[in-house]
Amino acid sequence: MSSQASVLFDVPGPRARLRNNILTLLTVVGILAVAYFVYVKFDEKGQWSPVLWQHFLEAKTWTDFIIPGLIGTLKAAALGSVCALIFGALFGLARLSDHWWIRIPAGVVVEFFRAIPLLLLIFFLFFLAPSVFGGGDYTLIALVTGLTLYNGSVLAEVVRAGVLAVPKGQSEAAYAIGLRKTGVLWLILIPQAITAMMPAIVSQLVVLLKDTALGYIIAYQDLLNMGFVILPANYFGTRVTSAIVIAIIYIGLNMALSALATWLEKRSRGSSKTSARPVAPPSATGVGTGTTGVAGGTPGL
Amino acid sequence: MDELIRYAPDLAVGFLHNLQIAALCAVFSLILGTILVIMRVAPTPVLRAVGTVYVNVVRNTPLTLVLAFCALGLSDTLGLTFSDTPITNSFWLVVLGLSAYTATFVCEALRSGINTVPLGQAEAARAIGLTFFQSLRLVILPQAARSVIAPLGSVMIAMTKNTTVAIAAGYLAESAFVMRDTFDDTGVSIPIFLGLAAAFMAVTLPIGFLTGWLAKRMAVAR
Repeated sequence: MSSQASVLFDVPGPRARLRNNILTLLTVVGILAVAYFVYVKFDEKGQWSPVLWQHFLEAKTWTDFIIPGLIGTLKAAALGSVCALIFGALFGLARLSDHWWIRIPAGVVVEFFRAIPLLLLIFFLFFLAPSVFGGGDYTLIALVTGLTLYNGSVLAEVVRAGVLAVPKGQSEAAYAIGLRKTGVLWLILIPQAITAMMPAIVSQLVVLLKDTALGYIIAYQDLLNMGFVILPANYFGTRVTSAIVIAIIYIGLNMALSALATWLEKRSRGSSKTSARPVAPPSATGVGTGTTGVAGGTPGL
Repeated sequence: MDELIRYAPDLAVGFLHNLQIAALCAVFSLILGTILVIMRVAPTPVLRAVGTVYVNVVRNTPLTLVLAFCALGLSDTLGLTFSDTPITNSFWLVVLGLSAYTATFVCEALRSGINTVPLGQAEAARAIGLTFFQSLRLVILPQAARSVIAPLGSVMIAMTKNTTVAIAAGYLAESAFVMRDTFDDTGVSIPIFLGLAAAFMAVTLPIGFLTGWLAKRMAVAR
């Protein structure tokens, strides 16, 4: 970072050093002021009272509430990821088909699910399921289906971009040695495309993991629901403290996965296994359309 | 189809709330995102650290949690209230939360734009004696912003769709909530879902086309 940024400014002289120190001081004072404000307000509401925190030291809190919640979140994320990958592979390849009657419907499906809000889709599925299949608990099904359709559509674009990122010479050479369409796709294009797609896929899976929190709104028993509804219901007045602990778990999980994505991207950029440039991750915007990022741009600042 | 016609006025009012939130968040998140990206490349190490920590923490928090936290933490516990009317208060909390969340993506998009500006530009800016702010304002950011118009468009599209998560902050007036309400009343209705989906597409698709067109038009020739 500092080596990058140093291009934008000179080595600080006496005045710049003074300015830096003043800014540092101001920032630190500002942060301390905010922290103090939060501390005082929490204190006023009695949020520091040990009663509200001590239940996190009990094993029961973790085994009965937080871990089941985490499992709920991970279950939705795992099911969603697998289904979204399958959906993405199918529709991504369908969009590359030579037949218009496969290509165009697949394109319409992918563009539709990418353009509508995920929560709207989840609500719709949540209300649709009981009226089609009869009564029952459809929270997980609605959540996973919604995540699959949306993230699968984003992944379909990633798959398409990955296959298209393989230089044309590769498929031309493959046709020249007598491979057919299927052979070219499976033996030449896909193996190279997967390396190029890997970072984008992982960062989309981070989005998927984050989006499982939408299950909270349809009362799916995930980590967020545990922290916001069920834990406070069992330990009176712990809503804020539970929310803080839950937030830390979420942030930790997502940061770990994001770090994996970054590492994969670095690795695949220097990879000799593929002739394709890494596909830009469709941005980790969450609940949103992918960004056609500018990864692999000219190395600049 | 009857349900759609019957509930269309309610849904339209809800959808207008979505658009209001989206318009306000677009302005605030672009401003905050620019401030964040300046912090992340600033000469002062502490500012850089603050920017980096903020972006990484907020970006990795689910939006549902961010918005729920705005209602619970900021409003209920810290006593940050914008208005005495609960619905107005939660409206501004949603705007605040969604802007704070979207700003991190704006920041990351702009930062990747800064990375596309050739080294020589910054060196030349320094060589003619521009200060850090001058070189950012006159040389780096204009080029960076132009190269990330399309990604910024995607961020704005995502933000528009994210306005539906406002329910998590207790803002019960926007269209996703209205849709759920009507489903509670009359059962599931495919026309209502498709109608609302079409309304969102009518907003998000043009943003996509417009930013795509602008990106081509404004591309920096190198």
